[in-house]
Amino acid sequence: MTMTSEVPLAIEARGLVKAFGTVRAVDRLDLSVPSGGVFALLGPNGAGKTTTIRIFATLTRPDGGLVRVLGHDVTTAPHAVRTGICLTGQFASVDPSLTGTENLVLQARLLGLGRRASRARAAELLDAFGLADAAGRPVRTYSGGMQRRLDIAGSLVVAPALLFLDEPTTGLDPHSRVQVWEAVRRLVAQGTTVLLTTQYLEEADQLSDRIAVIDHGRIVAEGTPAELKSSVGSGTLRVRLADTSDSRLARQVLGDVLGVPVTQDADPAVLTARIDGQGAAEAAARGLAVLAREWTQVASFSLGQPSLDEAFLALTGHAAQPANNEEQA
Amino acid sequence: MTATIEPRTLTRQGHDAGRRPRMVRNTLTMAWRAMLRIRREPELATDAIFIPVLFTLMFTYLFGGALAGSPREYLRFLLPGTLVLTVLLITVTAGVSLNTDRARGTLDRYRSMPVWQPAVVVGGLVGDIARYVLATCLVLGMGLLMGYRPPGGAGGAVLAVVLILVFAFSVSWIWTALGLALRSAQAVTVLSFAVQLPLTFASNVFVSPATLPGWLRAFVNVNPVSHLVTAERALMDGTPAASQVGWVLLASAALIAVFGPLTMHLYRADLNGR
Repeated sequence: MTMTSEVPLAIEARGLVKAFGTVRAVDRLDLSVPSGGVFALLGPNGAGKTTTIRIFATLTRPDGGLVRVLGHDVTTAPHAVRTGICLTGQFASVDPSLTGTENLVLQARLLGLGRRASRARAAELLDAFGLADAAGRPVRTYSGGMQRRLDIAGSLVVAPALLFLDEPTTGLDPHSRVQVWEAVRRLVAQGTTVLLTTQYLEEADQLSDRIAVIDHGRIVAEGTPAELKSSVGSGTLRVRLADTSDSRLARQVLGDVLGVPVTQDADPAVLTARIDGQGAAEAAARGLAVLAREWTQVASFSLGQPSLDEAFLALTGHAAQPANNEEQA
Repeated sequence: MTATIEPRTLTRQGHDAGRRPRMVRNTLTMAWRAMLRIRREPELATDAIFIPVLFTLMFTYLFGGALAGSPREYLRFLLPGTLVLTVLLITVTAGVSLNTDRARGTLDRYRSMPVWQPAVVVGGLVGDIARYVLATCLVLGMGLLMGYRPPGGAGGAVLAVVLILVFAFSVSWIWTALGLALRSAQAVTVLSFAVQLPLTFASNVFVSPATLPGWLRAFVNVNPVSHLVTAERALMDGTPAASQVGWVLLASAALIAVFGPLTMHLYRADLNGR
């Protein structure tokens, strides 16, 4: 057994296993999620994120291991777990034939609120999520973003101690995405712990206090966003060339000067090299000077911490998203 | 977007933690949902309107001629059977709606909430009773218009309706089990009817079992639907019905005893988890 720690854990998983046939979706996963704040489970499709969150939310029974959520065992005391959690899944769980108000009143009634209190709470939440105008319309007529917002509003009818958000912004437009993030931040300020899964590195970076990187059903790294980035290397030199025809020569020249491997991004004009803290700036300056002398046009350059994309690549050995991954920032 | 989403006093710790889930309240809330859906989407009740009207007219004038006597006479034989056939036919939607709830992710939300879990299924079935009542009223109303007068009087007719509702509720558990066991709503519909049709037509709804070959007669005689039809006729005729009613109640209990736990087992098994 593990020792009781100072900060109460919202979730504690030890040696968690879940197999579907011969495939181990979750493979001896260990995870400790502290109470308070946002914890992100970051990983590509099929990494085991959803299965893990479904086990935590008492929907799927694990094949092995131990899971305690809010101090209760998910297999032996699921009802006790359910009194403190709420799950918003990948698909909007609202009823399309009912109106926005009716959907929220239904959830409130199920959670034990009285008729009048339910109506008041529904109105309050619809207003808070910018859905007041659509309150009396069947959800069928809502846009995807509106349905998602209503779904999240439904999970806040009675603020849960622990909220699971499974890919909360997948498929949302940027505006709705920001609205969802805003709602999550406000909820966390109230003391709710949020565990979210995401395949968007930017989302994990923006929203979470801690990130666990999951791959093939196991946690491969865990820490604050800054820790994860620095664990990969303290500094990265990124050079954007004006002309891609020079890239081969430029790559060789830069590698010779810096003495480290230089990689080419998906964008062939961008070269990146990992250089360590001490003397990094000098090394970068030397490298750039040599590039300039070799008549290679440098359009721009930067020296800084690696992006989460790079961190993910270094930690798992493959890219977070298979293709056309737009680089943020 | 500036209004509050703060929970104020509504934190879970204060209001629901540790309490036992509320069976009756949760069930009634889910029944309320089922009825709201019918109100919002009246198409959901079309089967409960058209099938009774169509069947009553069709069977009366199709088969009526083959039977002796005035409409009033043969309605005594046909109407109880039409009633049973109509109500049982519209029970299959119970499985379809549960199936779509799961596919859509709605069940995941309920399954992770601190509610009495069977309420999600039972509530839906209780809400469906509204549709069955609608269908029964239509069949009886049509019958009255065509000259049917139940010899057992209003009391007998009411008892007959109650018995049919009890059996319809029990049969629904077959469809809820199918609805949760199968992947698509289409599969649920197809398989439900494959079970439904022999159960309803291989009974004494239209013909006396005496005219049937031995093997079929054996099935018809043990088919609970036959017992239900016989009980319905007796109740509406005002003749002794206790033993037939007893058989129907026994069959209802058996259906729930088998398909209730099976439904809940499938409900808890996580088919959505892949």
